Amino acid sequence: MQRLVLNEEQQMLKDAARGFLSESGSVSQLRQLRDRQDETGFDRSLWQQMVEMGLAGTLIPEAFGGSEFGHVGMGQVFEEAGRNLTASPLFATSVLGATALQLAGNEQQQQHLSAIAEGTLLIALAVDEKGRHAPARVETRAEANDSGYVLTGRKTYVIDGHVANTLIVSARTSGAARDEDGISLFLVDADAPGVDIERTIMVDSHNSAVVRLDQVQVANAAILGQVGQGFAVLSQVLNVGNAHLAAELLGVATASFESTVAYLKERQQFGVSLGSFQALQHRAAHLWSEIELLKSVVLKALRALDDRADNAPALVSLAKAKACEIAQLATNEGVQMHGGVGMTDEYDIGLFMKRARPLQQLFGDYHFHADRYATLSGY
Amino acid sequence: MVDLETFRQETRAWLEQNCPHSMRSPFKSDKDVCWGGRNWTFQSDDQQLWLERMAERGWTAPDWPVEYGGGGLSREEHKVLREELARIQARPPLNSFGVWMIGPALLKFGSEALKRQHLPAIVRGEIRWCQGYSEPGAGSDLAGLQTKAVDQGDHFIVNGQKVWTSYADKADWMFALVRTNPDVKKQMGISLVLFDMTTPGVSTRPIKLISGSSPFCETFLDDVRVEKDQVVGEIDKGWSIAKYLLTHEREMIGGFGRTAAGQKTLSQQAIDQLGLEQGRLADSFIRSDLARWDMDAKAFEITGERVTDETKSGQGVGHASAMLKYYGTELNKRRQEMLLAIYGSDAMVWEGEAWNDGALSRQWLRSKGNSIEGGTSEIQLNVIAKNILGLG
Repeated sequence: MQRLVLNEEQQMLKDAARGFLSESGSVSQLRQLRDRQDETGFDRSLWQQMVEMGLAGTLIPEAFGGSEFGHVGMGQVFEEAGRNLTASPLFATSVLGATALQLAGNEQQQQHLSAIAEGTLLIALAVDEKGRHAPARVETRAEANDSGYVLTGRKTYVIDGHVANTLIVSARTSGAARDEDGISLFLVDADAPGVDIERTIMVDSHNSAVVRLDQVQVANAAILGQVGQGFAVLSQVLNVGNAHLAAELLGVATASFESTVAYLKERQQFGVSLGSFQALQHRAAHLWSEIELLKSVVLKALRALDDRADNAPALVSLAKAKACEIAQLATNEGVQMHGGVGMTDEYDIGLFMKRARPLQQLFGDYHFHADRYATLSGY
Repeated sequence: MVDLETFRQETRAWLEQNCPHSMRSPFKSDKDVCWGGRNWTFQSDDQQLWLERMAERGWTAPDWPVEYGGGGLSREEHKVLREELARIQARPPLNSFGVWMIGPALLKFGSEALKRQHLPAIVRGEIRWCQGYSEPGAGSDLAGLQTKAVDQGDHFIVNGQKVWTSYADKADWMFALVRTNPDVKKQMGISLVLFDMTTPGVSTRPIKLISGSSPFCETFLDDVRVEKDQVVGEIDKGWSIAKYLLTHEREMIGGFGRTAAGQKTLSQQAIDQLGLEQGRLADSFIRSDLARWDMDAKAFEITGERVTDETKSGQGVGHASAMLKYYGTELNKRRQEMLLAIYGSDAMVWEGEAWNDGALSRQWLRSKGNSIEGGTSEIQLNVIAKNILGLG
């Protein structure tokens, strides 16, 4: 059995991602994007460099120009992205898009994978229709006609929606509003008539959008996978997505924790460093312990995806639930232990808290995944 | 090394032949646990047979070298053995501080003579050991211990008092920390010594706990003669061995929260007691608490796996044992509180056969000590803050 540690190649990828992102995808770059109200929401030259490093094709087979490096490898990149609050299309395009196309794409659709690896195609996955994640709650309709299907509905919190070339949209071809059966996935051109996309400015300054579909005509060839059977594919895509979100949250939690500990050592009150007070030491030590557990479950979930293990869904929910819980704790403790400066825009700790919460909500928060874990465990 | 699958088949066949059927069910109470030792009264012929057969193969200490009576199994084979034992819900043949604590310390620090003298008797369950660490004035501040050992040439004369000595009243030998040099920094003048509990001057008195049991004793040492060849490692250098043993103890206590072989999982007990409605535990509030505990327990288990793998790969942060001890014991306390919620007043019964002699209430009370013994949770957090985070 493979050990629960990174192998040499994975460690090298992690180190490379750390060096690169702390240089070129750092918190100060996110501040610049925010402050100049950048409409793209990410830096195209950064993305180009990530493509050149091969990151865009990490999960893509070599036949399509990817490196097929796997989820443990990709997870290291997301952990580093979490540390730096890096804004990039890597998640929506190279995780969600690439996974959906590999799982359900026909031969022609899989050609898109090459474009993803080359960095010429951006994808967005349009799933949710309300604030709280509920992937089976699909009211967007797809009605068959002579030319294919006509899509009508509204999708919210679509990551990279306003910059994507292609949308993957879940829509109902049959069944009632919460049925898992009857959901189908469609590839929709972002420029297609009837598609209206509006960026949503989020608390973390990362990309999100509302997608309105008004009588959008798509061809039969736009169906991704089997008609009415899209939920099974979607579940797998979300599963993969949640593992990488957990990795990113691990990065957010770790960076918050490290900067908080550094502050405890540096900040002097009563003539001594804050870190000399046991009340704070114990809270820091508890948080460290929790982050150690989080590291373990994130790595285990990523490994389970690479191994295609039967219990991967439960392990992913465990990782995401724990990631939500601990990123929340780490950022809350971080702001509190920074004291007054923790409330200022100038210090980074607030940005970490603002990044953690949308990541927590995306594709299910602690409660969602605790519930799923219990269900998968038979209770 | 024998092919693992062959080893598994052979082990399975041997266990099938040799594990008595009455030993293939979880312990019903503490009385079913076999501790061995000179004064041990076996609960049944099967209990005795099971210990003897396992000891014969060295499988009471599966990973110890064969030359000292151990099983000589590789890590992988040991894992297979554990899995095969779990498969038939076999009871551990022997609970032993010898196997868990002083044995590993002797293997690492002991002289050849000490190993040959003590290890085989531990494997066979013939000698039961107890640990003389804490003193009335040295609990969390263990290095402040005052039990004195005065050099008499070929032996020491030891005077002092130990407390929280597990099963001292039933043990045959003690491994104890004593002060051999009072004139140096407190950690520098401590030695680890071994002596027979029947030595004149040794007396014990059990301490009754809130759980009703008396697993711990006060131990009084009054002019006790300890031979110099019974010092483990070097004189005055016992503190590093003590810390090694504390680490071992932390890992052991930290493991208490895990579900033992054959024991019903917490979620299964909840399902049995509360029932399912449309596939979900009927009590939604207990369900959410249970999920939180269950996930933390799983995360803890996976962390144990990662820490082990990191150690094997030469990575990792060292002081992980403080975290494992802290988290594991807090988890077990939470588990016991969950059991109270699941069983309700049934968990509050103190006596009566129908309630398994109040096992639930007693183990709940006993669990409160987990985060105190072997270094309190607060001490573990101190260790993490100082040694890992560099706060201070």
